[in-house]
Amino acid sequence: MEFFIGRYSYYLIAALLVVGLYGITWKRNMLKKVIGMTVFQTAIYLFFIQGATKIGATIPIYDPELGLDPVDYLNPLPHVMILTAIVVGVAVTGIALALLLRIQRAYGSLDEGTVIRKMREGR
Amino acid sequence: MRIISISLLLLLGGVLAYASGDLPSRGDPQAPASVHVSPHYIENSLVEMETPNMVTAVLADYRAFDTFGEAVVVFTAALSCLLILIRRRREEEGDEGREGRA
Amino acid sequence: MSLRFDSGLPEGLAGSAHRGMSRTYHSLFVDVVTKAMVPMIQVFAFYVIFHGHYSPGGGFQGGVMLAASIMLLRLAMGQEESFRRFPPDWGMLLAAGGTLLFAVLGVLPMVFGGNFLDYEYIPFLGAEAATRRYWGILLAEVFIGFLVWGALVAIYDALSGGGE
Repeated sequence: MEFFIGRYSYYLIAALLVVGLYGITWKRNMLKKVIGMTVFQTAIYLFFIQGATKIGATIPIYDPELGLDPVDYLNPLPHVMILTAIVVGVAVTGIALALLLRIQRAYGSLDEGTVIRKMREGR
Repeated sequence: MRIISISLLLLLGGVLAYASGDLPSRGDPQAPASVHVSPHYIENSLVEMETPNMVTAVLADYRAFDTFGEAVVVFTAALSCLLILIRRRREEEGDEGREGRA
Repeated sequence: MSLRFDSGLPEGLAGSAHRGMSRTYHSLFVDVVTKAMVPMIQVFAFYVIFHGHYSPGGGFQGGVMLAASIMLLRLAMGQEESFRRFPPDWGMLLAAGGTLLFAVLGVLPMVFGGNFLDYEYIPFLGAEAATRRYWGILLAEVFIGFLVWGALVAIYDALSGGGE
């Protein structure tokens, strides 16, 4: 039982990852694919962030009462990585939306099948 | 077809959940990720750069090269977003049906 | 620099005679609350950037908050008023300036014999190595903040069909 309590966050993250992958692979609308990609990204963020936790530790800001024992502070490295990854993720979502606008302008639709059919017709 | 795909996704979730058995338990202070380089950051950021916030110290000094790369990525993303959506005057004067393919 | 964008939406979806997301809501409450909130958001964002050494915060978070304040202006005031307060060209200028200054800050230690982004070697930032690193971190955070601010506003302007 303790084994599962120590790993419940991994199971929730795996569920979120599968939901995101379902959105990417099975939705026909490309905007919904982008939403699935964002859910997938969020699962990755959560995986990194939960790897930084230490039971009984506080946020990685020096506290004079605690001293400098590494056991008392969370691991700062995943926080840094995800801090930058979130901003980069927003920028990448912006590019994806710009491409969607361009596709909508060129083919008049965001549906995967319609766009592929119109591409085949050489429009 | 839909059944196969959904069962494949469920299989992936099961594999991930099974593989998590080898990962360290949540909140373990002795996890491998917490004993390699992060103790150095925690112990030395105050001494080496007078910065109590270790996240800032790692972000802008220990791993500044990484942050510089991320900054360039964000800038490139903004630039390419503009370039994708920019509408050139030549395209506008051409016929409406062919724009967007240039 | 004059850029032209098109939101790509059909005329019916775009709302009014204006194209894109340029429609203004003529509401007294929206105007007053926006005018009261935007300076406060921006002051708090600068606090987050400059106080990043001692509390949670830094360039990325403060830059996102600054960009959010500009987006609030754009949404609440419409194009003419918000473009007068924050012209659409400034987004890309801020982003490019932030990246360029960050790169200069990285190259500067190489001039004085150190490695890329090794603030310890910049002589005019302080007397001791730790002080130099402290000020180097602050400068890097400010440049990152400007970069994120400009980049997100530029992305928003491009997507919402601004800059016409």
